[in-house]
Amino acid sequence: MIRLSVPLRQALAKLTLPVFIVASFGLMLLGKADTLLAERARMTVADALAPIYDALAEPLSVVHRAIAGARHLATLYEDNARLREENVRLRRWQSVALALDAENTTLKAQLRWIPDPAPSYVTARVVADAGGVYARAVLLSLGPNHSVTKGQIALDDRGLVGRVTELGARSARVLLLTDMNSRVPVTLEGSRARAILAGTNGARPRLMYWPEGVQPAEGERVVTSAEANTYPPGLPVGVVRYSASNVPEVMPLARLDRLEVVRLFDYGLKGVIPPETSVARLPERRR
Amino acid sequence: MDDRRPGIRPRPSIWRRLDSTARRSFPTAMTMLLLLVTAAPFRLPGQAELQNAAALSCVFFWSVYRPGSMPPPAVFLVGLLADLLDFAPPGVGVISLLVAHGVAVRWRRDLIRLGFLPVWLAFVVVATGLAGLQWLLTSALTLRLLPAGSALFQAALAAGLYPMLAVLLARAHRTVAEPANA
Repeated sequence: MIRLSVPLRQALAKLTLPVFIVASFGLMLLGKADTLLAERARMTVADALAPIYDALAEPLSVVHRAIAGARHLATLYEDNARLREENVRLRRWQSVALALDAENTTLKAQLRWIPDPAPSYVTARVVADAGGVYARAVLLSLGPNHSVTKGQIALDDRGLVGRVTELGARSARVLLLTDMNSRVPVTLEGSRARAILAGTNGARPRLMYWPEGVQPAEGERVVTSAEANTYPPGLPVGVVRYSASNVPEVMPLARLDRLEVVRLFDYGLKGVIPPETSVARLPERRR
Repeated sequence: MDDRRPGIRPRPSIWRRLDSTARRSFPTAMTMLLLLVTAAPFRLPGQAELQNAAALSCVFFWSVYRPGSMPPPAVFLVGLLADLLDFAPPGVGVISLLVAHGVAVRWRRDLIRLGFLPVWLAFVVVATGLAGLQWLLTSALTLRLLPAGSALFQAALAAGLYPMLAVLLARAHRTVAEPANA
């Protein structure tokens, strides 16, 4: 080791903190200037941790299920009564849906309707929250040879969850539709009016830019629209609810606070081209 | 082992030196491990805020009571890991932890003398200021006015978490992290 004089050593010790503070400002600038580098660094860490968290997820979800089970035991009787009543209502709806489905099939057959291709999907486990304080996102664990690409659409069993924004070798980050930076083109199902669903980091994203003369109705269903070629039309998103300050918000159908497994759908949409593929642009797929 | 202190001490064998190094690196290593643990999928509400609060509490505690084991390079690495785990703009967590370290080292002589409550109060002041700083920097870097409620929640959570962590860390400070015990 190099022997330094005591005053010099003290002066150097005093300098370390300012030097590191300057370095962290440099890091901030670097992260802003080269977003790809920051993204790669993050996904490298995520790739290393995803298998560990994946292994942890199984025992943890057993614990979660046990807690939820205990909670359900307390409300068993009320739940049962409510479910019976709901079941009767749903059976009625089921017969309506089946009749409409049959009618739809015959009408489509008469019109020589070109059917939408069935999208391919993969199922992935949500292993961690990847949002931090100022974002809403989840981390998925994928196998080493996955076929997931950026921009694929994540759905849970009820509705839209979000889109894949960052991709590693064995993990992917899905930006939830409640994130500040999320914008989803949607259709109001009742009026067929287009609007934009903008995340606020809160539990309910906000509706924006609906056309004049149309007012989103309380309880109206909201589905995705094919505008901007980022989402396929008609994926269930949520239900319109007015906030206390009379702002139309959407209550997502997907249970975003307790995601365990999501399906990633490949609709072959290249509406927003991710930065890596902008050089070697993929040929637009015919639909 | 402190060479400045007089007294009889055992010969520094390789194992003893290894033990001493492990004790010296305990604070940084435990802080990083705590970061990884708080990033695990527990599905706690406010887990991201908890992660920040835990990192800040650890860095502040060790900077006050054992700054030799939590030097600026270690703080930098802890902050970098926190930023990468949290998908935050890189550098924001690093700066706030470095500021916390700087403040703690500057005030440490007075704080140690005064006992637990003033240290906690100082921590609350630092945590509140840093939550504000993080909010400001993240807003500036994402070019978006972020909800300030998250910053307040983060500060409150850090203030509440510190006493609990301090009890555990104080015990570690006297036992496992003490190089003189090697």
